[in-house]
Amino acid sequence: MAIFVDENTKVVVQGLTGGQGKFHGLRNRDYGTKVVAGVTPGKGGQDVDGIPVFDTVAEAVAETGATAAFVAVPPKAAPAAILEAGSAGIGFIVCITEGIPAQDEARVYNTLVRDFPATRLLGPNCPGIISPGKCNIGITPSDIAQLPTPEGPNVGIVSRSGTLTYQALYELKQNGIGVSTCVGIGGDPVPGTSFVDCLAEFQKDSETHAMILFGEIGGSAEEEAAEFITATVTKPMSAYIAGVTAPPGRKMGHAGAIVSGGKGTAQGKMDALAAAGVHVGLNPTEAGDLMAGLLKDR
Amino acid sequence: MDLFEYQGKQYFSRFGIPVSPGGVAETVDEAVAQAEAAGYPVVVKAQVQVGGRGKAGGIKLANDSDEVRLHAGNILGMDIKGHLVERVWVERASDIDEEYYASFTLDRAAKQHLLMLSAQGGVEIEEVAAKDPDAIVRLHIDPVDGLSRDTARQAAVDARIPERAVDGVADILVKLYRCFVDGDCDLAEINPLILKPDGEVHALDAKVSLDGNAAFRHPEWEEYDKTEVLDDRERLAKEHDLQYIGLDGSVGIIANGAGLAMSTLDVVNQVGGNAANFLDIGGGANADVMAAALTVINHDENVRSIFVNIFGGITRGEEVAKGVVEGLRRVELRAPIVIRLDGTNAEEGRQIILDAGIPASKLISKPTMLEAAREAVRIANGGEGGA
Repeated sequence: MAIFVDENTKVVVQGLTGGQGKFHGLRNRDYGTKVVAGVTPGKGGQDVDGIPVFDTVAEAVAETGATAAFVAVPPKAAPAAILEAGSAGIGFIVCITEGIPAQDEARVYNTLVRDFPATRLLGPNCPGIISPGKCNIGITPSDIAQLPTPEGPNVGIVSRSGTLTYQALYELKQNGIGVSTCVGIGGDPVPGTSFVDCLAEFQKDSETHAMILFGEIGGSAEEEAAEFITATVTKPMSAYIAGVTAPPGRKMGHAGAIVSGGKGTAQGKMDALAAAGVHVGLNPTEAGDLMAGLLKDR
Repeated sequence: MDLFEYQGKQYFSRFGIPVSPGGVAETVDEAVAQAEAAGYPVVVKAQVQVGGRGKAGGIKLANDSDEVRLHAGNILGMDIKGHLVERVWVERASDIDEEYYASFTLDRAAKQHLLMLSAQGGVEIEEVAAKDPDAIVRLHIDPVDGLSRDTARQAAVDARIPERAVDGVADILVKLYRCFVDGDCDLAEINPLILKPDGEVHALDAKVSLDGNAAFRHPEWEEYDKTEVLDDRERLAKEHDLQYIGLDGSVGIIANGAGLAMSTLDVVNQVGGNAANFLDIGGGANADVMAAALTVINHDENVRSIFVNIFGGITRGEEVAKGVVEGLRRVELRAPIVIRLDGTNAEEGRQIILDAGIPASKLISKPTMLEAAREAVRIANGGEGGA
């Protein structure tokens, strides 16, 4: 098992003929992901290294049975691309695009919720998702993802930051711990998928035995995760929060990473998670080591 | 990007939100001219992006040109909580019957727009929230539906705004909402929103924060680049298109990825140092980007060591290492580099750095984030490089 995507997921890459879409789309396929189609308006009928390209997502779905979309188009085009995938009946959309205006994100998110409630959006501005050995959608470097084992223990990873997601994968690989699924939810103010969404799935997933959460300053997603963990999560967890020393009022690289009006501080998030029984490390390595320790006691 | 009050008011005007007649001035003479145009009495207001201007003496009433000269002369050049006053806004003084508060933001938890409205304005809204939370109406707005005039009017009624001001407030709320959405604001706030004796409602202050991601559809925002509050280092970084934030410490930071860069600052702090900056060079750490990053860090005379913290993802370790070595060749540095290279092909990368034969007084390689941080901090705090 894995969450959200597995060996049966069929992916259509929106923007497959562009630089990013082609590079990562082909890498995803090389990993073994079923990349069945590409979409670029006006380029239907062409192919990219044998992957057929269609004018619309609806055509791609009709012809190939695609179930997931990988949106790799620029910020101006991304909102329409996401909604097109939703209206074509795609169930899982990964959008890696960085730089989408927050107003567009809010509108797209709420449109999906209202008009296409069965569709889940991951991102924008995220590295994507990998279920090691089964499916990789996005830009996660797959060679640092340790395969899960049938007997376990396997860890589920959820993180806002891209490089820290990789860091988490790497720490587990160093410790020889398998990963069921690694989800990068992205650093924007309105992520389509939240920590809570991922933790709920990991909690249900029989192949996942523990979870690592990497958060950062800004918003209240970590505090909401802590509430959920207290109420629902029984699997062991470790966590790390970036941005303890971030100056207030400044966006730290990610559009959503900002402490404003004294809210969204790293310390507040660490305290909330610790109170929920999560083992909180002071740096990514410590969070990985804490997880290794938790699993040893298992 | 935060706007100054005068820019916020000009932005409001575009969306039809009434503000007092006035203009901006950088000199005493300009201030007098703006006052003559606006009509006396006027208020002379320091333009700084920090609260507490009034208490600091940065807001003064002037009844004639002599008083404008006096106050503008005092306020221009004033230091308010570390912010230098370079401009004043001069506007016609308003008679005030009542002061309200109105703002629109994005509520990230609800993923919807949030209107906050209160009949108690003119003070910090956090203060009102602490003392009398019921005095604030918090209304979520679905971004797909938007805000109707009827809903805005009801919010004003719910906020116990007096009947004679309700329609004026509702009008402004609808316009402020358009400004927030179409104007791509992170925050659009009026505090105070005033009711005048003649029944007119208008914005006496303006706090606007713009979403930088939307700059591509707002060519008119370019004018704000000129007045953006940046220090020398930040201006240089902006020229090089780098994600840089200047800080006060002595350890220069270069990392790939926003999360890792934040994490690097934290680790430096944990081992007893202080970061000189935040700098995210993104995924592809090639020689050009690295050279630009080193140039910016080198410009900061507080820097005593430079911590390059790279996690190779798709950009492999050897490519990153080549970038660092090449960058080092191009920039003569004031401080030694401590590099931590991890992730994909990190071994190969470290070998490239070793083979480059750069003396340890200039470049030290450490295997983990923590060890590298300790070394960078040790050097920054006065230890010799190359130990």
